[in-house]
Amino acid sequence: MSKELINTEGMIKRFPMGNREFTALNGIDLKIGKGEFCGLVGPSGSGKTTILNIVGTLDIPSEGTVKVLGNDVGTLTAKMAAKLRNKHIGFIFQTYNLLPVYTVYENVELPLLLLGYDKAKREKMIMDALEWVDLVDKRDSRPSQLSGGESQRVAVARAMVKRPEIVLADEPTANLDSKNSFNILSMMENLNKELKTTFLFATHDEKVMKYLRRKISLVDGKIAKDERIK
Amino acid sequence: MFKFLVKGLFRDSSRSRFPVIIVSIGIFLVVFLQAFMMGMVKDMINITAKMDSGHFKVMTRAYEELSSVVPNDLAIMDVDVLLEDLREEYPDITWTPRIRFGGLIDIPDENGETRVQAPIAGLGVDLLTPGSIELNNFNFSDTSVLEGRMPQEPNEILLSAKFAEQAGVKVGDQATLVGATMYGSMAIHNFTVCGLVKFGISVMDKGALIVDIEGARQALDMDNCAGEILGFYEDMNYGDRREESDKLREAYNAKYSDENDEFSPVMLNFMDQNEMRSLMVTMDSAIYGMLFLFMLVMFIVLWNAGLLNSIRRYSEVGLRLAIGEGKRHLINSMLLESLVVGFVGSIIGTLLGLALSWYFQKYGLDVGYAMENSSIMFANVFRAKITGQTFYIGFIPGMTATFLGTLMASRGIKKRQTAQLFKELEV
Repeated sequence: MSKELINTEGMIKRFPMGNREFTALNGIDLKIGKGEFCGLVGPSGSGKTTILNIVGTLDIPSEGTVKVLGNDVGTLTAKMAAKLRNKHIGFIFQTYNLLPVYTVYENVELPLLLLGYDKAKREKMIMDALEWVDLVDKRDSRPSQLSGGESQRVAVARAMVKRPEIVLADEPTANLDSKNSFNILSMMENLNKELKTTFLFATHDEKVMKYLRRKISLVDGKIAKDERIK
Repeated sequence: MFKFLVKGLFRDSSRSRFPVIIVSIGIFLVVFLQAFMMGMVKDMINITAKMDSGHFKVMTRAYEELSSVVPNDLAIMDVDVLLEDLREEYPDITWTPRIRFGGLIDIPDENGETRVQAPIAGLGVDLLTPGSIELNNFNFSDTSVLEGRMPQEPNEILLSAKFAEQAGVKVGDQATLVGATMYGSMAIHNFTVCGLVKFGISVMDKGALIVDIEGARQALDMDNCAGEILGFYEDMNYGDRREESDKLREAYNAKYSDENDEFSPVMLNFMDQNEMRSLMVTMDSAIYGMLFLFMLVMFIVLWNAGLLNSIRRYSEVGLRLAIGEGKRHLINSMLLESLVVGFVGSIIGTLLGLALSWYFQKYGLDVGYAMENSSIMFANVFRAKITGQTFYIGFIPGMTATFLGTLMASRGIKKRQTAQLFKELEV
């Protein structure tokens, strides 16, 4: 495995648009190492989500090489990609996407069930994750009984519970007020420091940018600026 | 994981309760329709058998050849002996003699002059033996007689009420039958009209006369003779015994019927008469055609329900893909879920369908209120009939339609690139 968890070289992504093709990413070179807390920033249509999709093995590049944890995304079969996501990548979405019929505990349990862990191990890991996001007392609540901030904390717990190397967060604070946004970001920052998990955000939220230690600015599918913030 | 999915299925009423209700209603209708149509066929068989053909009919070979013209000169003689033999050899079948005859009925005025004269179709059946199956066959009882009473003597007759009204005949009137005896001479015999009945069959209501078989024998000089001997299964269930009745008829004819003796007996079964065999095949085809069409409609409804249910869950699908569930695992779990829903719905629908069918089998749907009093002698109660098929027919659309609906929705998941799907799922 290379030193970088994520390594892209000349990544190009084109989408068909009628008879023509639209180039969403145009030669992205990017290296992201273990424990980074970085964000892809830029206006809508700049290619942030497309990068997250490719790094998250939900999509493949049209050209160039993308390696995630040493795996060449372009050559992975659907099964191998699913396995990689299952074991090593966590997702956090703008709209939380909690399953409404399951409790908080069960929502967090889902990734572990897919990993085939036994009940005792699952319980230990779930309770740890709920402690990280301070939701132990809400373990039996349904998503409909939670506030927006609490729901996003559950989503963070669900992404973190399997201790992935990489967490990809697409506009995680877009639906939250300032207070909840800061809470969530602080929590993710703590987890990043504590567990050395790599976080990659896609955002145009100023609040998120304040927390980033590396800011990768995208314009029209190209990296315009890649700055490390101390 | 399976437990987890089942838990979700039971908690999400739109995934479980609603589809199960749709499947149950559809299957309930399929099951009940099947049983009801089977009941109608059974009724049709019963009515035809009771009125005309029996489940079996024994005649002389010569009578059988000309049976459409009712050749009583070729009737069975010493019918008691043949009846005894049949009853002994086939004790599970009830045998009864009949004489069909035609002629003119003459109603005289007070001076003995002809007041009315009309052609009539006569039927001599066993009305006077206590417990005779014919009373049941024609649903005869004092309450089924519109006016007057049942015959108590061989020379008393029942006339169709419609004919009596048109001819101005009243209960108690004398009626003279003018016909031909078994030996070809003219038969003139006086009867007394003791009751007026409504048969519910237009042909019979136009002009039919029912008399005890002894009365017919006296009128037609047919002592100890009968044109036909009819046989009925005791439970009146012929539909399930078509093959069995073919074998019985073949065995009887092989044993007793002699090609060189025109007066030797010959047996026909229900299917051999009135082109019933081709009619039954046509009816079976029509029934299965209707059932197929109905099942097709249910199939489309349930298919759509399965499809909509799967589409509604696209965001869950997207999430599960993102978490790392493989497409195949995801699709398999959705298909398994659809099978569970289809199975549970089919069981509930089948049980409900069976319950209603059982009710209609036992008590029937009485349409007598639409008729006049209780004068209709048959088929005023429509009954369902539960067959072996009733128990499983609902599972065909119930299981396959929901499964195929989900399979169609799953095709979208399988064929699309995960990212494209992800975008469509609006995760």
